[in-house]
Amino acid sequence: MQTMNDRARSAISEIYACAGTAGPALPFLLASIAAGFPSPADDYIDRMLDLNEFLVRHPAATFFVRVAGESMIDAGIHPGDILIVDRSIEPADDRIVIAALNGELTVKRIRMESGRICLAPENPRFPAIEITPDMQFEVWGVVCHVIHRV
Amino acid sequence: MKTIFALVDCNNFYVSCERVFDPSLAGRPVVVLSNNDGNVVARSNEAKALGVPFAAPAHECAPLVKRHNMAVFSSNYALYGDMSQRVMSIVAGFAPEMEIYSIDEAFLSLGDLAGVDPLDYAARIRETVRRWTGIPVSVGIAPTKTLAKLANRLAKRDPACGGVLALDGRSDLDSILDGVATGDVWGVGPRYSAMLARHGIRTARELRDASDAFVRKRMTVTGLRTVHELRGRSCIELEGAAPPKKGIVSSRSFGRPVVELAELSEAVASYTARAAEKLRCQRSAASLMCVFVSTNPFRDDPQYYNIITRRLPAPTADTAELIRHARADLERIYRPGFRYKKTGVFLSEIVPADSLQLDLFAAAEPSEERARLMATVDIINARLGRGAVYYAAEGVRKAWRMRQERLSRRFTTRWDELPVAVAG
Repeated sequence: MQTMNDRARSAISEIYACAGTAGPALPFLLASIAAGFPSPADDYIDRMLDLNEFLVRHPAATFFVRVAGESMIDAGIHPGDILIVDRSIEPADDRIVIAALNGELTVKRIRMESGRICLAPENPRFPAIEITPDMQFEVWGVVCHVIHRV
Repeated sequence: MKTIFALVDCNNFYVSCERVFDPSLAGRPVVVLSNNDGNVVARSNEAKALGVPFAAPAHECAPLVKRHNMAVFSSNYALYGDMSQRVMSIVAGFAPEMEIYSIDEAFLSLGDLAGVDPLDYAARIRETVRRWTGIPVSVGIAPTKTLAKLANRLAKRDPACGGVLALDGRSDLDSILDGVATGDVWGVGPRYSAMLARHGIRTARELRDASDAFVRKRMTVTGLRTVHELRGRSCIELEGAAPPKKGIVSSRSFGRPVVELAELSEAVASYTARAAEKLRCQRSAASLMCVFVSTNPFRDDPQYYNIITRRLPAPTADTAELIRHARADLERIYRPGFRYKKTGVFLSEIVPADSLQLDLFAAAEPSEERARLMATVDIINARLGRGAVYYAAEGVRKAWRMRQERLSRRFTTRWDELPVAVAG
């Protein structure tokens, strides 16, 4: 008996909503509208915070890349972390970048001084790599954020 | 006011997508295969240089894989679709108007460019797309769409162009058009180019200079438009966003021949579910449904083909209802003893879903609940990936599914398939 009552009530609230809404059908059907007094907060509803807006400046140029290895640990980049990479940013000295090096994507800090390019790790146990003309090298994108589970 | 058109076209698009995420493919011959790993549909320049023809059967590539370290991929449409959207959204920022012509091509209307050099502008488009996405594009610029298409083709053909070419205000236009066969002009198919050759018209320049009366008589007013466009007079406007589709087909070839009704039935249910999802995505419902089956006409097997059409009791986009009808129809056209290659459904007489909203309340079934269920299924599948929830009728193992043995990862659309950067 209880459930039949419930169903009848929800059906009625939907018919009300239909009469007052001229918008497309599907989103409306998803909304369930509670009968009763309106919330006193209704007039103050702000929009929700959107992480994309905060983390992704150029959606068309932004890629997510997973980290494997420990050479960037002192920069707060751990194995399994996800890097937010923006390819539209010009790589500059001292930025953390994804580089395509000899057929592999690698994450390092880039040092550019007097025409020399060096890929530096952030872990004393790993060596820096100086880029020489015989290497296949290209900066793939600039790392903007790290997503790290704590 | 004069406007300038550009055609932006991604170079060897599918191959380029694969290369963005796997730098070891640089400089290597790479090919991408069609649905079902049947034929070559995209080739890197290195593969073209090795003589791999377009549409070559996959098995002909095998020796090149060993001898030339050629890489072979199945079509990864999740990846190509995402990369296409990225390219298109970047290109859209360069022009007041754009027409997306295919997954890897877009026409732009650039206005009069306000004194900016067209070649500089083209180079900026090209450089931005390459840097932001890793995809190389070619840009052709001209006063008409037909000439822009031609400019793009020439930009690709001649490496000295650096991927961009403008046919706007060139004094050597005659000699450029002399070097282009009529069949390479946009809108001139093989039949027209054969007809033109019989009348001594072989190059784009000769076609441009043919008389209006001849062209109209032989190639209709559509051909005349093409010829006027070759003369630099714009007659073909950009086309806006596609209107909702009038018919939806969902069909695939099987990975191997299918004999049993049970398997066919799973496939039909699965394609029906996909078609219903497309319907709901464009907020419409279908009134007519066709189901078809076919054997492989290229095999020396007994052949059978049949199609059955049903008018639905009321326009619907409800997966369960459509699957129920589709399976019943399949049982009526199924004949045992054949090796089926393909099946599918075709939905037509499509109407807007909101126009039948009022009828829903009158229906005997609790239709709002059904619509809400469908919307929920779509949301789950959008959030968790296609096929996260599906009807049991679609089958769980889907052994009939198309062959995709050389699929790369969905680098941009799945959290568990992201590209990996080594910190080593």
